[in-house]
Amino acid sequence: MAAKITNQKAWLFVLPVIILVAFNAVIPLMTVVNYSVQETFGNNVFFYEGVKWFEDVLHSERFHASLLRQLAFTATILAIEIPLGVAIALTMPQKGVWVSVCLVLMALPLLIPWNVVGAMWNIFALPEIGLLGRAINGLGIDYNFTQDPISAWLTTVLMDVWHWTSLVVLLAYAGLRSIPDAYYQAAKIDGAGSWAVFRHIQLPKMKRVLTIAVLLRLMDSFMIYTEPFVLTGGGPGNTTTFLSIDLVKIALGQFDLGPAAAMSLIYFLIVLLLCWVFYTLMMKDEDQ
Amino acid sequence: MKKPIWLVPTLYIVFLMLPIYWLLNMSFKTTNEILGAFTLWPQNFTVENYVTIFTDPTWYNGYINSITYVVINTVISVSVALPAAYAFSRYRFLGDKHLFFWLLTNRMAPPAVFALPFFQLYSATNLFDTPLAVALAHCLFNIPLAVWILEGFMSGIPKELDETAYVDGYSFPHFFTKVFIPTIAAGIGVAAFFCFMFSWVELLLAKTLTSVAAKPIAATMTRTASTSGYELGLLAAAGALTIIPGAIVIYFVRHHIAKGFALGRV
Repeated sequence: MAAKITNQKAWLFVLPVIILVAFNAVIPLMTVVNYSVQETFGNNVFFYEGVKWFEDVLHSERFHASLLRQLAFTATILAIEIPLGVAIALTMPQKGVWVSVCLVLMALPLLIPWNVVGAMWNIFALPEIGLLGRAINGLGIDYNFTQDPISAWLTTVLMDVWHWTSLVVLLAYAGLRSIPDAYYQAAKIDGAGSWAVFRHIQLPKMKRVLTIAVLLRLMDSFMIYTEPFVLTGGGPGNTTTFLSIDLVKIALGQFDLGPAAAMSLIYFLIVLLLCWVFYTLMMKDEDQ
Repeated sequence: MKKPIWLVPTLYIVFLMLPIYWLLNMSFKTTNEILGAFTLWPQNFTVENYVTIFTDPTWYNGYINSITYVVINTVISVSVALPAAYAFSRYRFLGDKHLFFWLLTNRMAPPAVFALPFFQLYSATNLFDTPLAVALAHCLFNIPLAVWILEGFMSGIPKELDETAYVDGYSFPHFFTKVFIPTIAAGIGVAAFFCFMFSWVELLLAKTLTSVAAKPIAATMTRTASTSGYELGLLAAAGALTIIPGAIVIYFVRHHIAKGFALGRV
């Protein structure tokens, strides 16, 4: 990549972006910081509380439980979606009209509003009237995601796999398409098997897009809210109450502004840390 | 013998289509049939659910509201992101890397963190319950995304293009609008597609920032489900209709979609 010119006037180009994003990011964030150190008994009267809420949240079992559920969920969906997405991308047609057909059909779940995804899976998985629920119960397996925690958990994971695996497929596919034909011909001449081709040509070429895929899924699954909220409402019990659901329950449900704000900031810091790792990895790739 | 590898994507697509089929199936059934019998396709085929949606203003206004804020958001996001992405891809300036990272953090910010302060901010600025409020709020994650995608596409274009244009006597605004923008048209299309997509699918902020006048279709659906009993057929029809705009925009960017998901960086 050619060296960039140093030009401080470039700031004028980014100014509109900064103003718009700052309006949406800085002001609300300061509001949250403000709440996180204060106690209120209503009527807009606030008392300074210092870091009490942060200590409360960090020691609360409820927060630990939702964080743990969140981590387990994120790990599960990554372990399923990444290998599955790569496998599908490898077996997709390479040229012709079927490419477009596959891409359009596969991208479809990504463009359905998240609450509709939840509602759709609700209807699909209901034990009495849903195709999936009926089919599983028909096999003699007891399945009811509204009452049984394990069913609820598995349904949420399956829904996320349905919703987001295509993202991994599209990314991996884009990486595969960037490999010149000459590489494959060379491999053929050397007599490389399909595993060797995958290991030494396809996988290294996909490394960059797979980094994007893993980290996008990691962060997006960390903020999952609408789909499980519509599907299970966080239940039964707290089985599918992930971080965002728990946070909204505290902030808008119970209106506990202090603890909710402190939890927001801790939550945001975790995401920020992940984001920083992502950014560093991306930039390291770019410099090479 | 050639292994039938096409089976893998085919099975995957079947898996993707099943819930969508079930939604469509439900949308053409009467409430009685949905609750009374388990049928793989509608026995008493009816379009009444769709008729209700297209004739009842509380329903179809939801679609109009959603489309309105999504379009406003896409236009704002892409037009402010264009010059910014150009600056990031062509120039080095004080704090550029920090700024880019800061923008990125907003794409990653969980909307749940912002729901309450947004409600207060937009109430204070008298924008609450207008499509503009939702359009501006969605800028939080769509502008960083648009900058990111456009920067990826722009960095793929050799700088010689800029230099040749200056040598040919183009002024900067003339070059930018007449030469550069047409060159990255595909990138702009992809960025617009992603802004459309993320604004269209988001509900938490859209629901928080509206009450009656600007209520999005997604919120209309959740409220109907809870207030007027369990009208599954109607809910299914409303859900099925929300898939259409997405399907239309995918069709337009189908050749660039894979590259777009890689944020223009393949």
